Amino acid sequence: MAKANSIKESFGDKVFLTIIYTFLIFVVVIVLYPLIYILSSSLSSPLAVSSGKVWLWPVDFSLEGYKAIFSNSQVLVGYANSLFYTFFGTIVSVTLTVLFAYPLSRKSFYGRNVLMIFILFTMLFSGGLIPEYLVVKNLHMLDTRWALIIPKAIAVWQVIIAVTFFRTSIPEEIVEASEMDGCSDLRFLWSVVLPLSKPIIAVLVLMYAIFQWNSYFDAMLYLKSEALFPLQVVLRNILILNTTSSASIDAQKLMDMKQLADLMKYSLIVVASLPVLIIYPFVQRHFMKGVLIGSVKG
Amino acid sequence: MLGTIIAFKDYSVVQGIMGSPWAGLKYFKLFFDNPAAWDLIKNTLFISLYDIAACFPLPIILAIALNEIRQGRFKKFVQIVTYAPYFISTVVLVSMIIVLTSPRLGIFNHILEAIGLHSINFMGDPGLFRSIYVWSDVWQFTGYSAVIYLAALSGIDTSLYEAAKIDGASRLQKIIHVDLPGIMPAITIILILTVGNVMGVGFEKIFLMQNPLNLDTSEVLSTYVYKMGLLNANYSFAGAIGLFNSVVNLILLLLANLFAKRISGNSLW
Repeated sequence: MAKANSIKESFGDKVFLTIIYTFLIFVVVIVLYPLIYILSSSLSSPLAVSSGKVWLWPVDFSLEGYKAIFSNSQVLVGYANSLFYTFFGTIVSVTLTVLFAYPLSRKSFYGRNVLMIFILFTMLFSGGLIPEYLVVKNLHMLDTRWALIIPKAIAVWQVIIAVTFFRTSIPEEIVEASEMDGCSDLRFLWSVVLPLSKPIIAVLVLMYAIFQWNSYFDAMLYLKSEALFPLQVVLRNILILNTTSSASIDAQKLMDMKQLADLMKYSLIVVASLPVLIIYPFVQRHFMKGVLIGSVKG
Repeated sequence: MLGTIIAFKDYSVVQGIMGSPWAGLKYFKLFFDNPAAWDLIKNTLFISLYDIAACFPLPIILAIALNEIRQGRFKKFVQIVTYAPYFISTVVLVSMIIVLTSPRLGIFNHILEAIGLHSINFMGDPGLFRSIYVWSDVWQFTGYSAVIYLAALSGIDTSLYEAAKIDGASRLQKIIHVDLPGIMPAITIILILTVGNVMGVGFEKIFLMQNPLNLDTSEVLSTYVYKMGLLNANYSFAGAIGLFNSVVNLILLLLANLFAKRISGNSLW
């Protein structure tokens, strides 16, 4: 924008811009402060946390909270389980979604519209909690790992994103060309569509992975054995229901344990969110793109 | 979906869905005859509407504000920061709330005491429950929702902006007359979808936030269904309520859609 030609901003506009900047900075502070506070608390000593000395930065830097967490077997089991569910759940989900979405994107697929309406309907209306539970129960998936992988395997929203992507990125010409060359649908899917779909697969993987990592309700609903609990359920037990193991008799030790328990909460929060928040900066571009693709269809 | 028939039957685990005797509208009546039912519906509606009122406009404001910023680095920074809370899991978020608002430990109470006020037991006060629920939703989702509006904003024809500038419009006027109309379609559709979910107030978060002290305002239809149905194995009863919930949502959705069509010509179908 050449300086000589630009229309000068009025004073009122400058004031308005300042207000906007102030507003945005305010927003950033509000969002960041709790996060920083929790991080700082997790890195402080138990005593500092309990006596409320922490305001912004860590006080009496210590890693005791983290040490306590990693020696807690519940947490470790939960972590391992969550990794398992996230890994396999995502693979299953993405595979199923792609398989489901691809035929839907092809105009020559019979019953395409009916199927579309069918799944869109489930997005707006569902039988409710009880029927879902009963279905899982009758399929004998209760208290098994499958209960966390199968029922929620396909998210309609993801299917829609995938369908939109396929429609706009796989030109009819390629389809026709491959048909003329005698390429079967399956082969086409494998050799042509998949390589071209890297962006959308990345988005699907991310969205399903985050969903799996953060979900707790299905686990709480369908699982009874502690050995199968994902991390979020363990977190809930420790952080919200206040049920940690062990009791101590010695008064001093009791106080120490209480302080440590308090500190542990902060460290636990950090540890649980860490994978997500680490990947986040690298990945947020793809995420936003995914949301954009989905919303364009909307 | 077939399981919804349960709502109309006397379900017995032994006999299975198809084998259980037909009970007609018995469970629906049972539910509505219970005076507590209306409290539940009231709580659900209240929290929902409050949530919509607070959560809906703010992402739009944020997106419009961000759109005014030319400087790429600051804009990106704000976006990244506000987008982050979305990734925090519900469990972690509620834990954060509990820990930050705790009477003894929590930073909020420390701040209150530092300026001379008494500490408040936030989570134990039924009157505060809704506000905590709603504003933490705002904290978590505003950045995420703003992205959709930002995308819509970037789709507005730039010649409109130039015309506005030449006509001497101030920033504010430009926002009112170019930005807002330009994203009306997106706003309408998202509003419709949101309204259609009014009665389905987010079960997971509320369930985690409930404690015996705040049940007066925190018990909603979905948590009630869970407790009745799964914990008390009162399947048919809970199934009926759940169905009622879904049906109301569907009706609201259709109504909202109709409304939007009449008023602005934008709609979902």
